[in-house]
Order: sequence, then structure tokens, then C-alpha cells
Amino acid sequence: MSEKFDVIVVGAGPSGNAAAYTAAKAGLSVLQIERGEYPGSKNVQGAILYANALEQIIPDFREDAPLERHIIEQRMWVLDEESFVGTHFRSDDYNKPPYNRYTIIRAQFDKWFSSKVKEAGALVICETTVESLILDGDQVVGVRCDRQGGEVFADVVILADGVNSTLARKAGFHGEIQAGNVALAVKEILFMPQETIEARFNIKEEEGVVIEMFGKITDGMMGTGFLYTNKDSITLGVGCMLSDFKENPNRTSPYTLLEKMKAHPSVAPLIAGGEMKEYCAHLIPEGGFYAVPKVHGNGWMIVGDSGGFVNAVHREGSNLAMTTGRLAAETAIAAKAAGKGFKAKQLASYKQALDESFVMKDLHKYRDMPQVFHQNNQFFTTYPELLNRAARSMITVDGIDKKTKEKEIFSNFRKSRSLTGLAGDALKLWRAFR
Amino acid sequence: MSEAEPKKPAARGGRNLELPEHLKAYKGVWVFIEHDRGEAHSVSWELLGEGRKLADTLGVSLSGVIMGGPDEPLDAIAKEAYSFGAEACYIIRDPVLKGYRNEPFTKGMTDLVNKYQPEIVLLGATTMGRDLAGSVATTLATGLTADCTELRIDPATRALAATRPTFGGSLLCTIMTLAYRPQMATVRPRVMRMPDADTTRTGTIIEDSLGMIETDIVTKLLDFIADENSNKVNLAYADIIVSGGKGLKNPDNFKLIWDLAKVLGAEVGATRPVVQSGWVDAERQVGQTGKTVRPKLYIAAGISGAIQHRVGMEGADVIIAINTDPNAPIFDFAHHGIVGNAMQVLPVLTDTFREHIAMRSRKAA
Amino acid sequence: MHIVVCIKQVPDSAQIRVHPVTNTIMRQGVPAIVNPYDLFALEEALRLKDKFGGKVTVICMGPPQAEDALKKCISFGADDAVLVTDRSFAGADTLATSYALAAAVRQLGREQKVDIVFTGKQTIDGDTAQVGPGIAKRLGLQLLTYVSRIADLDLEHDSITVERRAEGGVQVLKTAVPCLITMLEGTNEMRFAPLENMIHAARYPVRKWNKEAAGIEDVTKIGLKGSPTVVSKVFGPTPRAEKALMQSVEDATPRDVALNVIQKIFTQHPTLERDILAKAAV
Repeated sequence: MSEKFDVIVVGAGPSGNAAAYTAAKAGLSVLQIERGEYPGSKNVQGAILYANALEQIIPDFREDAPLERHIIEQRMWVLDEESFVGTHFRSDDYNKPPYNRYTIIRAQFDKWFSSKVKEAGALVICETTVESLILDGDQVVGVRCDRQGGEVFADVVILADGVNSTLARKAGFHGEIQAGNVALAVKEILFMPQETIEARFNIKEEEGVVIEMFGKITDGMMGTGFLYTNKDSITLGVGCMLSDFKENPNRTSPYTLLEKMKAHPSVAPLIAGGEMKEYCAHLIPEGGFYAVPKVHGNGWMIVGDSGGFVNAVHREGSNLAMTTGRLAAETAIAAKAAGKGFKAKQLASYKQALDESFVMKDLHKYRDMPQVFHQNNQFFTTYPELLNRAARSMITVDGIDKKTKEKEIFSNFRKSRSLTGLAGDALKLWRAFR
Repeated sequence: MSEAEPKKPAARGGRNLELPEHLKAYKGVWVFIEHDRGEAHSVSWELLGEGRKLADTLGVSLSGVIMGGPDEPLDAIAKEAYSFGAEACYIIRDPVLKGYRNEPFTKGMTDLVNKYQPEIVLLGATTMGRDLAGSVATTLATGLTADCTELRIDPATRALAATRPTFGGSLLCTIMTLAYRPQMATVRPRVMRMPDADTTRTGTIIEDSLGMIETDIVTKLLDFIADENSNKVNLAYADIIVSGGKGLKNPDNFKLIWDLAKVLGAEVGATRPVVQSGWVDAERQVGQTGKTVRPKLYIAAGISGAIQHRVGMEGADVIIAINTDPNAPIFDFAHHGIVGNAMQVLPVLTDTFREHIAMRSRKAA
Repeated sequence: MHIVVCIKQVPDSAQIRVHPVTNTIMRQGVPAIVNPYDLFALEEALRLKDKFGGKVTVICMGPPQAEDALKKCISFGADDAVLVTDRSFAGADTLATSYALAAAVRQLGREQKVDIVFTGKQTIDGDTAQVGPGIAKRLGLQLLTYVSRIADLDLEHDSITVERRAEGGVQVLKTAVPCLITMLEGTNEMRFAPLENMIHAARYPVRKWNKEAAGIEDVTKIGLKGSPTVVSKVFGPTPRAEKALMQSVEDATPRDVALNVIQKIFTQHPTLERDILAKAAV
């Protein structure tokens, strides 16, 4: 006899865990189904944890969650082949608890999060793939798994099956994934002694630094690199749009990109002596606002990466994932309490809550960014180079007066981009960021 | 003093690490001599070679323990044991000891130890030796270290310092039994070098009795089905081995290993991940949990060289390693390193070997 | 019939890393799994249950997290699971471990007489293969190690016939139950649990026994205190004094590299060349 639950959550990433936890905590019967060997085995992230999103789910998470370092300094680097121009923002304000952002190691964090989900009363099963949704007419009533007797039912199915949400596509809720809407990111975790990290980044125990990088490191493709300090390791990675990788004339692979980034003279000394512990690749939905599909229907809601909830500009994903997971669960809880069924109409408050939250507001704000960057690769090639040349020219003392240098810099910009091009780029950027 | 004082391990958790007075009488090194159908297992001779060094360091005697049926050539085995360094052999002859069974062998070994009190007992880490060692150590309530790769005497305590891989073969650890006797250890076949035989050496036999009759023994040996030798993989004693690791990416590429092996008349070996992925049979696994090998030539392709694998093959005379990563640990103990993609290098190496052999054979003819 | 299967939760050794600087094991993030060898024991026990009926109880000594390993066994079809967990077990070597597990198996026998105890051949983290024999000796059970096949089980006459892997062949052994069997790897294939079992396992309340509940009588025989062996040193491997002679296909053609290597090894080891030529001649 097949069982029926209040909620089935497909996937045990941050969004699935947030949904399962919230629903189970409210007393709903929850079954969470994970494809991987254990919760988190398929999860890949930078990884930065944004405290706020998790705080709203587990207020006292700081007591036992495995957190690496809280971020006290953010660096933004624009790189050419041998230099970078950058800004650093460091504030002791970030040293006042409760901290705002942490570096985490996902393998540990996910294990912890999943243990919380189980404590809250959800049933978690792994190594089980949901193959399709069970429909009764146009109402999703359960899922079908790849195991014998694999049908299990629920009032609401929350799809948290990741960037490649095959379930949503199979059910016809989504179209095929577009290469222009996803980024392919690779990262490595490099180990080195805690003291070395603290000396190299000028930080104390538990303090952390984030470096965001863009420019020539992505070989003309739309993308960014990053470096995070963990307790006794450094995470660094780079990601570009999948479509760019496909069209890259040098056929640069993500791996070579990462190797190049590691060899960059500004990066190499920071990671020297580190031993690789982990290498992984992952797809990130970066289509932004316009790529967010239909997020709910009769008996289903979609959360996290599966719904494309990623703010690529600010490199935020897990916080959107957790927030969408929580909001979906809250919608299910309310629908159950109302007792009027689980049709799209009863679940519409999910969409409403999303629109009112930072999730859709931020995605809306940057809605044109992917387009602008995608169609204008000068942002990743010409400008970083010019900027670095400009800085070098101004800072190098070589007997040439500053006025001449300014002129030369300007003419360099002009040579590379026409005036209208320059103005157009500025306008595009201004519009996208507005 | 120029030499640093040897340090004793510190007692933790309130346990006694001092050897009690009554156990100080335990003297001498023993090797359990395993035999089957009239022939001793060569691991026993390898152990006598190591046992000899331990006994010499301690200034004590080295003895063998031989148990078997009255119609088995136990005296001849004892003679052979002398040639590999034993000064004496304890022999128990009894009909119930024909063919290994846990119960009578455990009793025989335990009684001998209690009576003659050796300080060290070494056994081969074979299916027989491991079965017996675990039972004897539990019965005697003493320490047993399995699958050792190095045996030494700790100068500070004069205890047996047994080194073995740990954590799935990622690290090595040295283990000692300080407050209990005897100190027991097992060693896998081929891990230790075969000592040279000196047939002029002699020794004494000490006969003892088992005090057990067949009706006392619950387990009956109904039959022994010998392995067919013809299609058996004999990796441990192969002269040349070509091994592949996960660097070959897929089972199709692994065929390149077979190609080279064929040209060289070699056996094919593999790492644990390869076996776990089902590319080749488990009996081809080289390493801590597979076979230990000592070939004249070992070619490792697409193998990084984790300790797990290393302890199984570093005894090879010549090691050629092929790996894309110039920093792979395998290059730390290979003799010849080729930095390159195994899929690219292997076929060329195979062709070059083939041509070389053909050319030399022609010359010889 | 009551079968007890002893399992261990182990770190997935394929994913273990050693800290490059401190030479310590980095367990963080390494997933814990059921010792793969134990799954052959569990599957064999389940097959006997399928054939003869009865109950399979899985038992594990370990930290509270080992509950996951036991739940996994429940999903495969075990009927009951007991986690023997107590801080005082920490630091146990094989002798102390077999003492604690034997006590717990004896305790299970008080609930329902135990006919067969199964263990895996060895664990992948300790690789000692000593705990199975140890439990058998302590409980006075007939010991059958490296069993590749259970040829016959006659419950009426309490007798069992098995094939045991030995050096150079297979022993056919007949003995009495109760007995302890350590199962050889590759002898069977673990079943794929139906969904119902997965949900049942997720819900299953694994029993937790501390040392008192497990019936431990002598606390000097458990944990570090009960362990005769002392780990005196843990260390990484030392490289060979001379590094390998390195060549790269980046600097020379693969053909030149191959020629060079072959020439070098055969010059240094002429007997090796003779051996290879002799083989080629055959």
C-alpha cells in the first residue's frame, strides 16, 4: 500500500532542506527524497552562507552549524593577464556578531542541515531518484521513484531537484534548459595551514576574506572567478556561461580556465603550497528574472536552482534557495490549514510571497544584466585590460607627466572602443544596474 | 649525550603500559609455519627472515611452530625452516591436525604459547594465518597487529614495533603491545623479502602433544577442492606486471594495459578503485587490500600512487610509472617516470617494446 | 531462526584525504558508509531468512551517527537494529571491540536465541579481520572464516555446511550451529531495496545500548583500557631517496620517451631483458 504524506520534497539541497525543515517543523508529514548517496552528495556551491536566509528558518543555527569564517573583507578585482585593479572593503563592523556572511564547506554544512531536517521530523531517503510526477488529471498527487513499489503520494510536491530540474521539464512545466541561461562553474578546495591563510589575508582566527574576480581570467567569456577563505582551506573557482564555453574560439575548458586563474600572478601567491582536496563542477542557472519559469501549479511548487532563483550579479544562490524553500513550505502549511485543497489557486500565495521578497525584487532589478554582459564581451576583455593599463601608467613613475598619461589612457580607450561604443556600454551598464 | 633518549609512549586513559613482572619471562621469537599438502607456504620463510633479524636484535632464539597430521612431512618442513634461520621447531603431530581447522589449531598454538612463553609470535596474513591469529590472540587476551609492512624492535621498550598502513592505506602507523605477551603480528605474503636458504644450518625439534581427539571437534573437514592452476591468476609471484588505475578513465582504455601485458608476457594488475568499478576481477587488485607483489618489472599506468597501492608493489625491482601529474606520489617511489597521458603513452610503449623484442629475438636467432 | 549481523560504519576510504601539512586524516566531509564487506554478510543473512524464515538483527558498535548505517541495513530488509554506543568504548582495538560486541550479541541471545552470527571478512578502515574470530572465541561459537558459499543449512539437526576459501583451494566444512561466519566478498550481490523499505527504514527507531544495556560486565576490557595494542606513531610515507628519472611527453615524442625508458631499464637490468625475450620465444 502506497503511503500519502502532506508534502514530498524532491532533493536535499539548501532549498529542499529549507522546505522540508519548515514543513516538518510545523507538524506536516514530510518525505524528502534525495538522488545522491547521502544528503549533500550532489551539492556544489562556492560556498558563502548568507546568515539572514537561514536565520529565518533556524534562528539559532550559529550554535551548531559548521561555519568556517565570517567575512570581514570583500575584494573586487578586475584582472588582465598580469595585474589587477581592485577595491577592497573591510570593516570591523563585520566583526560584530551576529555575523552576516560565512564561508562554509558544503559537505559539512549539508550534513548538518539534513540532520536538522530529520530532527524536525521529516523522513529522508537517499539513493532514490524520482522519475516522474504522478498526475491525477492536472493535479500533481505524488511521485514515482526508481525503486520497486516506487509510487508515493502527497498533497503537495515541492520540486527542489536542482538546476537540471528534469521533473519540471518532463511534466511540461518548463521548457528545455538554455545554454545561455546557465553558467558552468568549477571549483577547487585547496588545503593549507590555518596560520598561513591568516597571514596571507591579514585576518585573525575565524575572520574571512572574499575575492570576486572578473576580466581576462575568463578568456573573453561572460563569467567571474572567486576565492574564499575557509578555516584551513581556500576555495577558488571560476564560472562562465555554458553557451560561451560552447562558442569559445580557443575551446578553453573550465578546467584550463581554473588552472590559468590559479597561475595568475595575483592569485598564485595566495594559494601557493595548497593541496587540492576537492574538485567539482556544477551548473548554475544564471538566466535571471526572465528565465524564472512558472513557479507553482496544481499540487506543486518549484524552489531553488530548479526555479532559476540565482542572483548572478551578486553571486547569491543558496540564500534565494533557502528563502524560496521556506516560502513554498509556508504556502503548503497555510493551504493545509485552510483546508480548501492544493490547486494552483491555493498555492498562488507562494508566487505572491516571492514577488514581495528580496528574491524577485533583486532578480527584477538586475533583469537586463545577463543580456548586457552576454552580448558585450568587451566587459570581460577590453575594459579590464584598459583599466589595468591605465592604472599602471598612472602609478608607474617614469618621468612622463600625468597629463600626457591621461591623454594616452583616453586615446587607448578610444582606440579600443569608439566614443559611441563607450557611451553605449556605460548606458547599458547603468540601465542594467539601475 | 649525543643521542636523544628514546621516548616511551605515554600512558593514557588509565591503562597500564608497563610489562607486568610475570610476563617478563616470555622470551624468543616464533613463526607459525603454514603448510598445505606437504609444502610450506613461502610466507613462512619470509617471516623467518624477518624473525631472524628481530631475534638477533633481542639476542634471543628463533623457532618455528609446525602442526599437522602424523603422515605429513613435518620433519622435512622443520629442516627447511632451519635453513631459513630457525634454531628450533615446535612440532605437534596429531591426526586431527591434518587439514587446517580453527579449533584444534587454536588449542595447539595456545597451549604451546602458554607452555613455552615466546615474546613474539608471527603468522602469515593468509586465510589460515588470519583465522588462527585472531582466535589465538583473543584466547590469550593479547595484542595482535594485522598486515604489517615493517617489523622492528623499539629500542626504548624492547617491544615489537609493528608498522602497517592505516585509514584505508592513506597513512602508516606503528603499533606496539607493551603490557601483554606474546606480541602477535601477521604479515602478508610477499611483503617481506625471501631470505636466502642455508642448508648447512641445523636445529632441534621439540615435540608436543595436542590432547584432543576427533570427537572433541565440532567442525569436520569434508573435502578440499584444490584450485585449478591452469587459469588461475598468479599475480603475487608474477615476474612482470602491468597495472592500470583510474587515470585510464574507462574500461575500454584499460584494454591498453592488456595489450602491453601480452607483449611482455606479463600479468595484469589494477588499483582498488579499478576493481571496485568492475573493470577487472578482484584477484588482480594490487595493494593493501589486494595482493602484494614483488615483480622484476612493474609498469603503473594512470596510477597516482596512494599508500594503499604503494605497499602492495613498492618491492618491485623496477617500477615505471606513467601519469599526467608530475607531482603524483607514484613518482616518489618509481624508478622511471613518464609524465604524460597513459592513453597516449601506452600504445607507443607497447609498439616500442614489441619492436625491441622482435629485433633482439632476430639477433639472437 | 535468529541471525545477527555485525556491521561497522566506516569512512568511505576512497574519499579520505590526508592533511598535507599535519599528516592527520581529514574526516570532515568524508561520507560514512556501511563497511562494504559487511554487505555481503548482510545479504547472505537475508537470503537465509528468505529461505528459512526467522529474524535478522543488525548490530553495530560506534558513535551515535552510526545509526545511519543501521538504518541502511533496515532498508535492505533487516528486521531489527541495535547501536552499541558508549563513550567508554572509544579507543578500542580489535580485542576490546570483540569483547563489547560479544557481550551485546549475548544480550541479543537473551531476547531470542541466536543461531548464526555473520560479520564481513574485514573492514576497509582497519583491515584486520580479527573482530569476527574474536567474537566467535568469546562466545564459544564455531568459527567459519572466508566463507564463499553456504552449501547447506539443516536447522532440524543444527548443522551447517559451507565452502571456505583457503590458500590453494576451497575447504568444505560441516559444523554445528550456533556458529559465526565471516563472509567473503563478491559472493553475492546486495538487493535493491523497495521504496516501502526505504520509508520504513527512515522511520525505524534504532535501539541504542550503552555499556550497561549491552551487558558489559568488565569495564576494564572495553575501550582504550581493554586494548593491549598501543598506537605509537602515525606518519606519511617517505619518498625513495632518489626520485624517479623523469621524462615528459611535452619535451619529447612519446616514441622517444618509450625508446629511452626501454633502453635504460634493459641496460641496467640485462636479466630482465633476457626473461622477457625468453617469454617471447615461447
